[in-house]
Amino acid sequence: MHIRLSVLATRGLVALALALFAGLTLAADAGHIKTVKGSALVERDGKQIPASAGMTILESDTLVTGADGSMGVTMTDNCLLSVGPNSTLAIDKYAFDSTTHAGNFDASLQKGTLAVISGKMVKQSHDAMRVRTPTTVMAVRGTEFVVRVD
Amino acid sequence: MGLILIGLYAAAVLFFTPVSQTVVVLPGPDGKVGTVVVQRDGEQTVLNTAYSTSHIDAQGVEDRSQMSAAAVTQAFGTALSALPARPVSFNLYFISGRDELTEESKLELSKAMAELKRRSVPDIVVIGHTDTVGKLEGNDKLSLARAERVRSALIKQGLPAERISAAGRGEREPLVRTADNVSEPRNRRVEVNVR
Repeated sequence: MHIRLSVLATRGLVALALALFAGLTLAADAGHIKTVKGSALVERDGKQIPASAGMTILESDTLVTGADGSMGVTMTDNCLLSVGPNSTLAIDKYAFDSTTHAGNFDASLQKGTLAVISGKMVKQSHDAMRVRTPTTVMAVRGTEFVVRVD
Repeated sequence: MGLILIGLYAAAVLFFTPVSQTVVVLPGPDGKVGTVVVQRDGEQTVLNTAYSTSHIDAQGVEDRSQMSAAAVTQAFGTALSALPARPVSFNLYFISGRDELTEESKLELSKAMAELKRRSVPDIVVIGHTDTVGKLEGNDKLSLARAERVRSALIKQGLPAERISAAGRGEREPLVRTADNVSEPRNRRVEVNVR
């Protein structure tokens, strides 16, 4: 019993420390969800949050849609992204400086369909954005394109 | 032992199921086409013409082709129709030394409202600027007053207050560079950036 309590106490302290740390390094907004249809959710810190229009997207979020789902996101550099049904897209890395337009953006499409209209950071630097799939890496040099992983 | 093997097999199926992928570069609204470079195992394919397509099948064999617009709609229609509205930005201009819009800009603002209201969840950043007439501190205040004025006008028109932020940049970011104390109508402005 004592052991359990101390384990719980330790876990509590660790959780508290993590929460404080998370608060200190609070991620800046990466984007906002603008369109949602059907079943669509955002995975964040192991939790699943139902997607809704207006919701903030952060670095490390994963967008997941079901058979009838789709969702569209506008990133802070004006990049537009959308996923179709049965899709999983992870926002692996995202940073954007709105003054210099420098930034970097790594996303990975694990399955499904993705449409991209690249934004300001790609105009600033051609190496800023990459989209990964299970078999390839795509360097995005300022363009509109679609990807499908079956 | 059997269980471990089954587990390993399941993991192998999970992680090594062959996947196929299709990438298509699309023309922009102005007809311009950008470039996507598809890279794998040191090889790369450059896609830079409208509808140029790279298909890699489950065996890893790549096929280059050009998809038809109809086939793109068929395969990607749901994702494409979920794309958010393209961001827009425009400038509104002010009467010298005041936070009052010029008559033309009042008209411009009312025209822009229809486009802004089409967005269900707009994110709007309003940034005020001044020309170089007057002191730096006064212009900081004036630029913010101009931005706040436009923000209030947008809210009055029914746009959501919590999604509109306003900032003033004073005379630091002129549209047209001038000497100090120069009255320049093009610098007395508020940028409205809508996502």
